[in-house]
Amino acid sequence: MDAHLLLLSLIVFLPALGAIVLAFLPSDRHDVLRYFTLAITVAVLLASFFGLLDPFNSFSQTKFDTTASEMQGVFNLPWIPSFDIYYSMGIDGISFPLIVLTALVSALAMVASWNITKYVKAYCILFLLLETGMLGVFLALDFFLFYVFWEVMLLPMYFLIGVWGGPRKEYAAIKFFLYTLVGSVLMLIAILMLYFSSDLTDPALKDHLARCNLSAGVKARVNTAMAEEGLGKDVAPIHTFNILALQQIGQHTDQFSGKIFGLTIQWWAFLLLFIGFIIKVPSVPLHTWLPDAHVEAPTPISMILAGVLLKMGGYGIIRICYPICPQGGYDLAYFVCLVGVVSMVYGAFAAMAQKDFKRLVAYSSVSHMGYVVLGLGVWSATAGTNYNPDYWNMGVQGAMFQMIAHGISSSGMFFMVGVIYDRVHHRNLDEFGGLFGKMPAYSALSIGIFFAGLGLPGLCGFIGEVFVVLSVWTYSKTLAVISAAVVILTAGYILWAIQRVYLGAEYKGPHEDHLTPITPRELAVAVPLFVLAIALGVAPHHTVFRYMDKTIERQVDELTQWTEGEDKRREEARKWAEAENATTAITPQIQEQLAERRSVDATNTERRPINAVAAGIDRQERTTP
Amino acid sequence: MNIHDIVDVLLIDTKDSLQAFLPELTLCAAIVLMLLVRVFNWGRRIDAFYFALAGSVVALYFTAPWMHLHDVTAASVTRTEIFTGMLVVDTFTVFVRSILFVFAVLFVLFMKLSGMPDREDSADVYTLVLGATLGMCLMASANHLLMVFLAVEMASVPSYALAGMLKGHRLGSEAALKYSIYGAGTAGVMLYGISLVAGLLNTAHLPTLAARLADKINAGMPAEEMLVLAFAGLMIAVGLAFKLSAVPFHFWCPDVFEGATAEVNAFLSVASKAAALALLIRVAIGFGTAQDSTAMVAAAPAQIESERIVEVAYVAAEDADPEPPDTMRSDEQEVTRMQALSPARDFIGKLIAFFAVITCTFGNFAAYGQTNIKRLMAYSTIAHAGYMMMPVPAVMAMAGSHPALAEEAVAALCIYMSVYLFMNLVAFAIIAFLRNAMQSEEIADYAGLIRRHRVIAVCMAVTLFSLIGMPPLAGFVGKFAVFASLVNGYKAVGESANYLLAVLVVGGLNTVVSLFYYLRIIKVMTIDPEPQDRPPFKFADVSLQGAYVWLVTAPTVILFFFWNDLNQWALTAARHLLS
Repeated sequence: MDAHLLLLSLIVFLPALGAIVLAFLPSDRHDVLRYFTLAITVAVLLASFFGLLDPFNSFSQTKFDTTASEMQGVFNLPWIPSFDIYYSMGIDGISFPLIVLTALVSALAMVASWNITKYVKAYCILFLLLETGMLGVFLALDFFLFYVFWEVMLLPMYFLIGVWGGPRKEYAAIKFFLYTLVGSVLMLIAILMLYFSSDLTDPALKDHLARCNLSAGVKARVNTAMAEEGLGKDVAPIHTFNILALQQIGQHTDQFSGKIFGLTIQWWAFLLLFIGFIIKVPSVPLHTWLPDAHVEAPTPISMILAGVLLKMGGYGIIRICYPICPQGGYDLAYFVCLVGVVSMVYGAFAAMAQKDFKRLVAYSSVSHMGYVVLGLGVWSATAGTNYNPDYWNMGVQGAMFQMIAHGISSSGMFFMVGVIYDRVHHRNLDEFGGLFGKMPAYSALSIGIFFAGLGLPGLCGFIGEVFVVLSVWTYSKTLAVISAAVVILTAGYILWAIQRVYLGAEYKGPHEDHLTPITPRELAVAVPLFVLAIALGVAPHHTVFRYMDKTIERQVDELTQWTEGEDKRREEARKWAEAENATTAITPQIQEQLAERRSVDATNTERRPINAVAAGIDRQERTTP
Repeated sequence: MNIHDIVDVLLIDTKDSLQAFLPELTLCAAIVLMLLVRVFNWGRRIDAFYFALAGSVVALYFTAPWMHLHDVTAASVTRTEIFTGMLVVDTFTVFVRSILFVFAVLFVLFMKLSGMPDREDSADVYTLVLGATLGMCLMASANHLLMVFLAVEMASVPSYALAGMLKGHRLGSEAALKYSIYGAGTAGVMLYGISLVAGLLNTAHLPTLAARLADKINAGMPAEEMLVLAFAGLMIAVGLAFKLSAVPFHFWCPDVFEGATAEVNAFLSVASKAAALALLIRVAIGFGTAQDSTAMVAAAPAQIESERIVEVAYVAAEDADPEPPDTMRSDEQEVTRMQALSPARDFIGKLIAFFAVITCTFGNFAAYGQTNIKRLMAYSTIAHAGYMMMPVPAVMAMAGSHPALAEEAVAALCIYMSVYLFMNLVAFAIIAFLRNAMQSEEIADYAGLIRRHRVIAVCMAVTLFSLIGMPPLAGFVGKFAVFASLVNGYKAVGESANYLLAVLVVGGLNTVVSLFYYLRIIKVMTIDPEPQDRPPFKFADVSLQGAYVWLVTAPTVILFFFWNDLNQWALTAARHLLS
């Protein structure tokens, strides 16, 4: 059996298995349940660490190869073959860091869950199911599977917020559920549109089939179909849910160029998927579920929400939106960047206005995740500008780094808020102060982590922000200036918060006597996050970039090629339109070609490889004086 | 042809037909036995439950879906018309029959466990249940408009009586009365429509009818005849809409559901709905597509002869037209007929799309304000009827140009029906068991139930999430298949099927709307605290009832992970409908 199949399935389904075992453990032995859950989360962390990172070279089969840019360890097992649905997973430089982050944040969040005392068993079961959903989203390579994991994570989250949350938990839980479900429904429509438009037997795809990672059965079917098509027979299209195959189809064929209400399927699919993903990110104006969910959720769930769940939106954009629907990205480039910048500015101002400590941190997430959208948006930021693929690369790298860094810093910030909330049972910023004197270790760690969120050089927040801001400069100087200015706003609200909470002469709020020093268990959560925040900031290459470099470079390269082709096509289309207007000057030969082209445009059924179109155009250029 | 020949032909035909009619005959036998045995003293001591159970199990055995549905290529039942073309048996019939009988088995067990009909009444109730099931089987295989009407009545009349099962229960009697008046009214309208169609086209046999219609359209139909036909179509649609509880013919549904017992609700919402949908497919395909029936029988050479005779006799008996029955229909004629019917398909498709959209939307919005769980589930049933009608426009859109894809759309409906069976059965089983335990059907009384009865609350939550359509539960599979058929229809047909996209978007948004009321029940059961003044009640988690709930909830989860087989079966079921 394939080693990757075992390892990746283990990573994803170990928590679910743990949840099933938990169901049979006695519900009154709280510590047993907690330790068991912790053991499972740690086991997942170890599995992803030793199995994939493999520091001791003992699992050479599954070791993640940092020099390879391709998807690694891909497997395809038939699940619903009659609907072309496969159990397909794989790992590359984009998913790998997120997997490790997820495993790490989950384990730390479980350590932080010790003070959950209500219905511990149910909590642990839901927690583990949530982890399975999150890991599955990052590993799935089948669109259907991806969607299933995406939804699976919703159910436990609803209960985790709804049962264990604060006073307005029900409102927050249903709001979270509702927003995500709207996004999912849009995503489902897009998935179905892409699925039924796709056709693996397209001759234009022939050279790229190797990159699609199809299962042996599908490959055989495609080959026979292609052979039959070569003989002039009519063959039924072979649809696919394979994300890699859809990427190739989106970039190398015109299968997604069919028109719906005057716009291409790619454009619609991009928009629907993008809306679905930015609900998760979340970006303004679809962010309003986040402050409520964060404020009401218990501390460990907030950590997961900020640390991992928000990253799914970014991951979806980088893995699905752009590679599958590059044309949508091309057309909507400015829109995407604008969404990112508006989120950054709005989030920062909103954070500054908050009275509630946790709400402040929640809005800081909106602002920080804006960098991710902006960085990814720069990727497509080419329409009508002199683009430079190096800047794209930088933008995407920055966005990816920002995701990891934000995963560390924001879960740290939420935990730090949780620690103080556990003691004094309020989060009112105006009633804090003087904590440094009472809880020096805690305050030092907190300030360190908040500085990481602020983006202080030498800490993890800095790298992503600076990469993104620099990359935007060549695209739009206005957006670059605004996004750079947000750094000041960020510094403003974080420093102001630190001043109000930790500094000052004395503590002004209730329960002053409860301000006990930080406990070892809390240290066990805070210290790793603090250390990582420094490590990522000091050695970004060795900790993060090393793993994602190659993959991102390759994706950017491919999309660069696509963009160059698209620019050429559009230029030609413009020329053709001009030529058509000036009919008098056209020779019979060209008229003939024009007629042919018109018929192709009109029916839009004939599939031609893009190269062939380009070649035809070249010929045309030579003949036109 | 003289009378003796016809009698001979009929004898042969009946003998052949009985073979294919075995499952229904089994039900008849069970009903008769159940009633007869009570004449004897010893017989009165036997619980009618055993007859009902045995009857439905044997009927399921004779239906043998495992034989007829497990392989797409070697389907062992091909389209066969029985009883001189009144009924048709094909894989679709087998599939719907299987759903009905599986449901009958589970339902009879459920009645036994909930103890709703007491010993004295049980024979009556089970007779009604099996009788209605028999009618539903006929609905699923109707091939003649008269049969459509008879089958609908055969299924409805026992349902009216079932709705008033509780004697001396005001609400129940009111429900039964409302139900029967409404049913009688719509049945009358439908019969009027049927007579108009039969009058215009000189036949009520569905395939013949479609061919006649096509020829008429080809020959240039006068506008007034077209108008009358459209009206007749609408009238037949009224009758079907009543059975489907489609808006605006749904008014009986919430009242009947509130008045009748939860057991009867389960029966009405699952079996009755499945049969109505099957009938909808039959009628829509019957009106909208012209098929070469000889080509379809060709797969079973032994039967051709008798078939041919039947057809001749049939047409001769009913048709005064001297034109000889065309045994040599060319492919070309077939194609032109299909083309000629495209306005009919368009009309049917858009009509059903319209019904589906308003039914779904209205059901979901109306469910929002309900406080009684049965009433809420009634509106949920209406909404789901809307979802289940959605593939039919896709079928109609694709039937002309892409028959194979149209069959996939029918398969989507089959999948939805199958998963819906388990979802609604669980929901109503839990409602019934809880009613027995706490004497209440108000949602508010379910508050904090999870603290007391984890199994029940978890199963209810699973079912409701499945009804919303969340993976990893089977409800999602149904919704996914339905939505997929809509996109497929749009992709296959193109711009002219834009309305399918509209249906898709409405369906998607409705999923979001439905979240509110399903989630409210879940919230009440799991998150809300238990009321202080709740009267004590007993419901053991470890009991036959608990086990039953587990048993019927399990498919909701299992079918999600293993729906490949279900999909295969559904594809086989739809196999011979259009090609």
